[in-house]
Amino acid sequence: MGGNIPLNLSNAPLKSSREAKDPVWVQWLLISIALIFLGLFLILPLVTVFVQAFEKGLTVYLEAITNPDALSAIKLTLLVAIIAVPLNAFFGIMAAWAITKFHFKGKNLLITLIDLPFAVSPVIAGLIFVLLFGSQGLFGEWLFERDIKIIFAVPGIVLATIFVTIPFIARELIPLMQAQGTAEEEASITLGAGGWKTFWHVTMPNIKWALLYGMILCNARAIGEFGAVSVVSGHIRGLTNTMPLHIEILYGEYQFAAAFAVASLMSIMAIFTLIIKNILEWHGKKETA
Amino acid sequence: MELRKAKGTEFKKYSVLPGFGLTLGYTMLYLSILVLLPLSMIIFYSSKMGWSAFWSTVMDPRVMASYKLSFGASLAAGLINMVFGVLLAWVMVRYSFPGKKIIDALVDLPFALPTAVAGIALTTVYAPNGWIGSLLGFKVAFTPIGVVIALTFIGLPFVVRMVQPVLQSLEKEVEDASASLGASRFQTFRKVIFPELLPAALAGFTLAFARSLGEYGSVVFISGNMPMKTEITPLLIMTKLEQYDYAGATAIAAVMLVASFLLLLIINLIQWWTNRKFMSQ
Repeated sequence: MGGNIPLNLSNAPLKSSREAKDPVWVQWLLISIALIFLGLFLILPLVTVFVQAFEKGLTVYLEAITNPDALSAIKLTLLVAIIAVPLNAFFGIMAAWAITKFHFKGKNLLITLIDLPFAVSPVIAGLIFVLLFGSQGLFGEWLFERDIKIIFAVPGIVLATIFVTIPFIARELIPLMQAQGTAEEEASITLGAGGWKTFWHVTMPNIKWALLYGMILCNARAIGEFGAVSVVSGHIRGLTNTMPLHIEILYGEYQFAAAFAVASLMSIMAIFTLIIKNILEWHGKKETA
Repeated sequence: MELRKAKGTEFKKYSVLPGFGLTLGYTMLYLSILVLLPLSMIIFYSSKMGWSAFWSTVMDPRVMASYKLSFGASLAAGLINMVFGVLLAWVMVRYSFPGKKIIDALVDLPFALPTAVAGIALTTVYAPNGWIGSLLGFKVAFTPIGVVIALTFIGLPFVVRMVQPVLQSLEKEVEDASASLGASRFQTFRKVIFPELLPAALAGFTLAFARSLGEYGSVVFISGNMPMKTEITPLLIMTKLEQYDYAGATAIAAVMLVASFLLLLIINLIQWWTNRKFMSQ
């Protein structure tokens, strides 16, 4: 439940028939209220990030984002995303194949299970890995004896991020592959193509936009995850600080310009996410039209 | 493989497609290691606590105050989003105005923007010396109102994205029929359009509410985190963890998990209700 946007492939009906006959003043009143609401909650905060980031000038901005701690935070954030997104993409494809291409008992339960991480608070997502691998956790002693560090180290951050982002790609693929059915794959298999060939040449072209779409959303969440990562990271500067945690530390130290400078980088990533998302939606619609 | 097919006829219907055992097996393994095993730790550690210790932890006045705040603020934010979400979806589907495409794309910003960034940005805007905070006669940031604002931001896309496709697929003829039978525009909306939107709006509300209950990143900056006043439940779990009170953190987490699962159940029921409604039409 933590932010799944279904890829909307339905084409908007013809414009002319949609335009309502509401009086013009009603239209403008409703549009104005909607825009003021968005302005207060979305646009002003976004503008603030950039205004605050450059408040102390360009040199402070550049210093903040080229600081060694900031750079290592950026590197760690990208590393976590590079591990988590492909793993969840592979899982998403496997799960969607099993769920949409076959009929078996307990399917709905399995779908609910995939959704489960959306229903869990990020803080709890971090806590459960502390209970498993932390010093007082189930495997704590075993790991300590072998000198393996998971909590307050990079593996813990990766695990917590994977947990939080598990549903994203599967949830995009399942409804789409459900709608597409199994006829094309069955024809391909009957004509003698192997399973792998069928997947690669028949299924993959059908799902590629939805797959990319899910990966983009998964990536945005993986990069920006805060609560779960905050619990397992231990906030060691230069070692286990991701970008959101680095922002928190700078903000807590009243280095507002530096905090917003790093935040501005993340906002630019978010804006790119929205742009790519819209391009993918446009491609998906074009192909289903 | 042949053996599996023969054996599996009761559990699974026959299919010519390959890969059932492999994909389902991998899916179950992945979910077991990464979701079920970690989550079972909550049950394992809270059952180790003993009933009276568990009860006194989760019913502690400070924890109770956090439930009230988390629940109340999520409810308020969900209701705000339900009203404005329907309005936004309506405006974007039915009217045309300059910049509509950009506005439509921007609605998803809360999904794309890291919660920590949202948190510090909202705090700056709504702080007493901020752009909006300084215009208002009352304090917003560092009060429960601030929590509601952060949760409204986080939940904003849910209702819009649930209602939008329903509005798009709504047949214009029904409205025309209603109008030609003498209904006013408002009557048509209330009696014809609104009942169609309601399941989607409710589903969006529940999703936003569930997300808000667990939200941490955007809230901790704007709430001020005063015990008994502006402390949300996830923050309390964090505080207990920082004091190495793992049992206490786990007990509160168990209560939150039960609440989340109930919400998941409600969402499934709403979806079932919606599907049934469409089936019968």
